[in-house]
Amino acid sequence: MAGQQSLVRRQQNPYVRVALILVSVAFLAAILILPVLSVLGYAFSEGLEVYLNALRAPDTLAAIRLTLTTAAIVVPTNTIFGVAAAWAIAKFDFRGKQILITLIDLPFSVSPVIAGLVFVLLFGAQGWFGPWFRDQGIQIVFALPGIVLATMLVTFPYVARELIPIMQLQGREAEEAAVSLGAGGWMTFFRVTLPSIRWGLLYGVILCNARAMGEFGAVAVVSGHIRGLTTTMPLQAQVLYDEYDLVGAFAVASLLMLLALLTLVLKTVVEAFGARRRRA
Amino acid sequence: MATARGWVSPSVLPGFGLTLGFAGLFLTIIVLIPMAALIMRAGSLPLEEFWRIATEPRALASYRLTFGASFLAACVNAVFGFIIAWTLVRYDFPGRRLVDAIIDLPFALPTAVSGIALATVFTPNGWLGMHLEEIGVQVAYTWVGVVVALTLIGLPFVVRSVQPALEEVDVSLEEAAESLGASRWMVFRRVILPTVLPALATGFTLALARAVGEYGSVIFIAGNLPMRTEITPLLIVIKLEQYDYLGAAALGLVMLFVSFVMLLSINAINGWRIRRIAGRR
Amino acid sequence: MSSTTLMAALRGAALAAVVLLAGCGGGQADKSGELQLLNVSYDPTRELYREFNEKFIAKWLADTGQQVSVQMSHGGSGSQARAVIDGLNADVVTLALAWDIDNIQSVSRRLPAQWQQRLPNNSSPYTSTIVFLVRKGNPKGIHDWPDLLVGDVQIITPNPKTSGGARWNYLAAWGFALQRALGTDLSRLSSLPADKVAAAQAEAEKFVGELYRRVPVQDTGARAATNTFVQRGIGDVLLAWENEALLAGKEMGPDAFDIVRPSISVLAEPPVALIDSVVDRKGTRAVAEAYLDYLYSPEGQDIVARNFFRPANAEVAARYAEQFPKIRMFTVDAVFGGWARAQAEHFADGGIYDRLFQAASGARAPR
Repeated sequence: MAGQQSLVRRQQNPYVRVALILVSVAFLAAILILPVLSVLGYAFSEGLEVYLNALRAPDTLAAIRLTLTTAAIVVPTNTIFGVAAAWAIAKFDFRGKQILITLIDLPFSVSPVIAGLVFVLLFGAQGWFGPWFRDQGIQIVFALPGIVLATMLVTFPYVARELIPIMQLQGREAEEAAVSLGAGGWMTFFRVTLPSIRWGLLYGVILCNARAMGEFGAVAVVSGHIRGLTTTMPLQAQVLYDEYDLVGAFAVASLLMLLALLTLVLKTVVEAFGARRRRA
Repeated sequence: MATARGWVSPSVLPGFGLTLGFAGLFLTIIVLIPMAALIMRAGSLPLEEFWRIATEPRALASYRLTFGASFLAACVNAVFGFIIAWTLVRYDFPGRRLVDAIIDLPFALPTAVSGIALATVFTPNGWLGMHLEEIGVQVAYTWVGVVVALTLIGLPFVVRSVQPALEEVDVSLEEAAESLGASRWMVFRRVILPTVLPALATGFTLALARAVGEYGSVIFIAGNLPMRTEITPLLIVIKLEQYDYLGAAALGLVMLFVSFVMLLSINAINGWRIRRIAGRR
Repeated sequence: MSSTTLMAALRGAALAAVVLLAGCGGGQADKSGELQLLNVSYDPTRELYREFNEKFIAKWLADTGQQVSVQMSHGGSGSQARAVIDGLNADVVTLALAWDIDNIQSVSRRLPAQWQQRLPNNSSPYTSTIVFLVRKGNPKGIHDWPDLLVGDVQIITPNPKTSGGARWNYLAAWGFALQRALGTDLSRLSSLPADKVAAAQAEAEKFVGELYRRVPVQDTGARAATNTFVQRGIGDVLLAWENEALLAGKEMGPDAFDIVRPSISVLAEPPVALIDSVVDRKGTRAVAEAYLDYLYSPEGQDIVARNFFRPANAEVAARYAEQFPKIRMFTVDAVFGGWARAQAEHFADGGIYDRLFQAASGARAPR
């Protein structure tokens, strides 16, 4: 009786409840939902035809291609790194493990502008290696390699950070059992480890991809902003916005937003699968 | 064999050398060498010169804005993020699942998109800016706009940190307190809040760290007037555009140092939280 | 679905997407026979080269049957020059002042030291000058340089470290102040006693220093500054290229702004040049040379004049005389001893501009 009563009492003062819900929704509406809607609103403000033309502009298509190419290079590379790092950290004990984990986390806490700056300091005209590369005719800054490197730095930790806790939690017994039964390293990995981490891995890959395609600050510093050559989609949106081509800018932004929404959906799906698996 | 390597415990599992070697190499090339370049470049400046650049009026004004606005935004997020997390955990209402899902949007949204979107909504002609202008509040091109942008990008950190902690609060403790005559407010203050506080602190610090380094979301709405609405990352970019590499490196080092301090704080808070939980159980 | 199948499916989808977009975006050079030129230009020339490139591409196709595409890059002249030095592979550069191209030459040696003599008129197919753009009706009553420093007038001018136009603005202001202090025509500068000149220079420095105290924001290029003034509504007067001011008038309509021509201004000569190392490596020398030559042709000069740049060709200039009223102008060579000296004295690190800017920032209260 008392328990039920207290349960009911715990079940909210209705005014407080409504107030808090309203406050939450209003807050989210102001800083999240309205901006998102405004992107779509401006993108389509002059009609579907103009929107599609904006997307078909050669510079915009080049930006889309550059973004996809960068992601296609960066995501698999960082994934492989993430898996390797997680394997070393989770399955073995060694001195300096904590330092390694902290270093892997470093790009996470650093401003993206710094991530771009460091590569300009390395490969720019006054950089350490800049003159050497320039003499060889290889362009790093103002070209794809610079953009790839800066993006790789920024998205570096995503997969590793997802996998390390998961693999640490899972322990080593399964792998040790497999090895003791005669399985080699690769077979152990692919048959024993990978299936049990696949949702975490996928989650990390999705996040890594979203950041790789959406990265702005780091790429802005290294790319040189050359329309049609070195503008990724976020940069192209900025270039168009600065030139007051609002429809164009928002058209590109709308594509990026679509990507973000897709990422959210995939994330939720993967989370559900992963949770289901954990419960099973 | 494993025993030859004193610093690593022996293990039957293969692949240590390979994975650590590869990961280490990659880490060195992508992270360590570039960071070293920054540190050494800035370090090559004589100390007075470094200090002069790091403390010139324009830089100081940018620190004031960057750190001030980040702190304010993190506070706003702490309050509203807590409210939102509370609402999501404790109440059920139509659309709750949807709201829960979109909390992560700032994570996934490219900063340039949020920047352009916020700028458009809050300019004097924008949907919200229009009405705010009537009551005399200007958001775009002022420090208020900067705070708004930083609030947006920091929100998920607080909500996602606090949610699991709130979910873990032991209901029986609350009921026990109430049955002993504590008011709702006292229950909240004495039972719930202490449990959730470490998580809130983590979320706050994460939001703060992210806000300090933020670039894309801010520069569209900020106005970027030197000495008034110019954030430190932008000042670094401007110095680079002027090919003042050393100046950019000096400021970059300042920011790197701050990031490092934040990283350590987050780890420390996490440690505090884990110790509390471990102690409790 | 098993994890490997899912992964494979995702990889395949990604690959398909890339291939698809690569295919439909194709036609951007790299295909057999198509030439591509990169023109690295300064900030206000977007409209000029949009029209010019179209005409040139058509002409080249008609003359040679070859398809050429021209890619543009715009930005502050100083920044653009440094980008080219950094390795940006421009076939031609069309920048705001000769010194920026000299800088490219001396640091990277990608073109010969005599580049400026290779084309007529010191490699400047067009010239321009500096004027004031003010709000309609000229509410602050700005008619000449001294009016800039009256009351709370806010001035928009870009950053001389990155923008060419900004440097022309600075030198125009300095030239005016110098002349005012000397009390005589600037053409007599070399015959005046040294101490008199030194005193006048000090006066000029004060004038320009005060000017920069009234600059709330510095953009990286002339076009960005125009946008700040026109679109964001900041500032009372924009120190602008004449072509920018005329263009703003055309785009925003005659009811938006007034153009004020000061009593004296600087003759701005934006030059163009071929980057030899790039055109030789890419094999585009013939196209690039034709591109630059076309700027001097009657049709090219007509396009130039239509886009509000003063054409070098006297005949064409006569036809557009109404659009380009006579202004008293001085040259950088006559008053400042050439760009190399001006750059070293004023705009280099630690130069006069740095001093003035520091002083101005210190004087301006934050928030």
